[in-house]
Amino acid sequence: MAEGPKFDQIAYYTHDDLLKFDYRPPATGWMDIPANLRPGTWIYPGKPKHLEYLDLPNPRAWSPADEDWKLPENWKEIVSNGIRERLDKYRSFRVFMDICVRCGACADKCHFYIGGGDPKNMPVLRAELLRSVYRNDFTTAGKTLGRLAGGRPLTVGVIKEWFHYFFQCTECRRCSVFCPYGIDTAEITMMGRELLGLLGIYVNWIIEPAANCFRTGNHLGIQPHGLKDTLSFFADDIEEATGVRIDVPMNKKGAEILFVTPSGDFLADPGIYTCMGYLILFHELGLNYTWSTYASEGGNFGLFTSHEMIKRLNAKIYAEAKRLNVKWVLGGECGHMWRVLHQYMDTMNGPADHLQVPVSPITGTRFEHARSTKMIHIMEFTADLIKHGKLKLDPSRNDRLRVTFHDSCNTARAMGILEEPRYVLKNVCNSFFDMPENTIREKTFCCGGGAGLGTDENMEMRLRGGLPRGNAVQYVHERHGVNRLAAMCAIDRATLSTVCEYWAPKVKVMGIHELVANALVMKGEKKRELNLRLQPVDETEE
Amino acid sequence: MAEFKAGDMVLDVDEDGFIQEPDKWNEKVAAALASGEGVDSLTENHWKVVNYLRDYYLKFGVAPMIRKLCKDTGFKLNEIYELFPSGPAKGACKVAGLPKPTGCV
Repeated sequence: MAEGPKFDQIAYYTHDDLLKFDYRPPATGWMDIPANLRPGTWIYPGKPKHLEYLDLPNPRAWSPADEDWKLPENWKEIVSNGIRERLDKYRSFRVFMDICVRCGACADKCHFYIGGGDPKNMPVLRAELLRSVYRNDFTTAGKTLGRLAGGRPLTVGVIKEWFHYFFQCTECRRCSVFCPYGIDTAEITMMGRELLGLLGIYVNWIIEPAANCFRTGNHLGIQPHGLKDTLSFFADDIEEATGVRIDVPMNKKGAEILFVTPSGDFLADPGIYTCMGYLILFHELGLNYTWSTYASEGGNFGLFTSHEMIKRLNAKIYAEAKRLNVKWVLGGECGHMWRVLHQYMDTMNGPADHLQVPVSPITGTRFEHARSTKMIHIMEFTADLIKHGKLKLDPSRNDRLRVTFHDSCNTARAMGILEEPRYVLKNVCNSFFDMPENTIREKTFCCGGGAGLGTDENMEMRLRGGLPRGNAVQYVHERHGVNRLAAMCAIDRATLSTVCEYWAPKVKVMGIHELVANALVMKGEKKRELNLRLQPVDETEE
Repeated sequence: MAEFKAGDMVLDVDEDGFIQEPDKWNEKVAAALASGEGVDSLTENHWKVVNYLRDYYLKFGVAPMIRKLCKDTGFKLNEIYELFPSGPAKGACKVAGLPKPTGCV
């Protein structure tokens, strides 16, 4: 195109321009600085048809760039009642509103603050955007003293500011690791987004997948015959690479295990190769499992919408497990789905008494920690297989790759899966290098596009938010020649590809089970001259 | 909602220029959309990609994965970019009147 790059393309942003900020706070107090909604920093609003499909309030065409956001007439009352209802319902919300002493331990821990310098992206101040209204309207001190007690009245400007900053938080919870009170800032963002939702303020990148998921079972809107076609296509490519024809069991009643993965693995590069990796592993094990065309999504964009939406979208997993009469559920390489599955599912959609505590049919390991959810992560499953010597692996097939690992926020901080992926990676490739300590494990930096922010019109914020992670990747590239970043999350695989292209351009992104499958020696395989991308295995990286 | 004019037709498009009513798509609309994506005239190769996407969409209701598009049409990814400078999703799919994929992609 002749007119040059646009704000939704990375070529629009030069490193010099993006890095032109300083961390000194402005002279004006934060309450007196309105949100600066410039293109590149906000996401297109939810389309009315998707809100209507989900029975959400106030469907309408509008834009954050408009002066009038077409809020309901009684918007203030709606928000006020919404806060009151949530204070009563969620004890954590009330506690988090009350106990912050503004010590500032979280202030410099957020990737958006580090990469942008906007003080309202300090987690303490982002929470203060909501806390100030809470103080003003719900505490005695605030009602009496107002601004002196840190309160401020709810205005349309405040609503716009909430929209701007609660969609500049990826709910990654890195800040919470450093909070001496253990305030879960992601939950404050979730409350903020729920309140905005009461007014019909949603972003389309979240609400369209949510509507698709409610209609077809997955975010992408893939229908049963489409999923069958996709998995068959993978089977064809697998046969081309390995010489082995694999089965794709679908909707199989009486299977032992139901397998559920994010639908990004069915469409997006490089997630599709991760998906082929699952298929190869399960075939080689002779696992009695099934895919489902109904529970065809592990991810849950309800998590970025409201608790009610989490529950609605997640209900299909236990329902399908029951319908197919499986014993337990195995989940794929996804990040945010595990916050839902691990922390909410058993109480929201359970108890799943029709299921059993997961036991690996190959090793006999009983995954006791999942006795309430009846669902385990594939990285636990595969690490256990390797630990028991059940896989024949030839890591030299991955020798052209020098690999580092990105801990996904939710598997790391919401589940504590820190060792398993590293254990698997070290067994399937010979060159593994961790990034610096402050950027991995429970202190991992977000990809910058989680929690439904991974869309292109938000590119400036994605690149800013991706700076700390990209910087750490570039560090191991320069120091150890790393050329691959492994991640066990579909959002990561999509968004980190962009982050790396911008901040660490020599490093490509891939899922872990792609590496597992490349290394896995299969019964009856031909000489493996092609990897799963159908590229020659001995081809060196550029 | 923004509008897009193709001859005497007026179509609703989203912020990225994707048409909102796939049923109203026709070859004239495709040509008009293509000119906005840096494609001055649609050649036989362009049509091969567009018709493939269109057929897949009518059959499955979604866009195909890029790998499948390449394999089934015989074009390599760089060749798709040569045909549609804004790429398979924002270029070719848009011209074929498909909706934009959303989710973990």
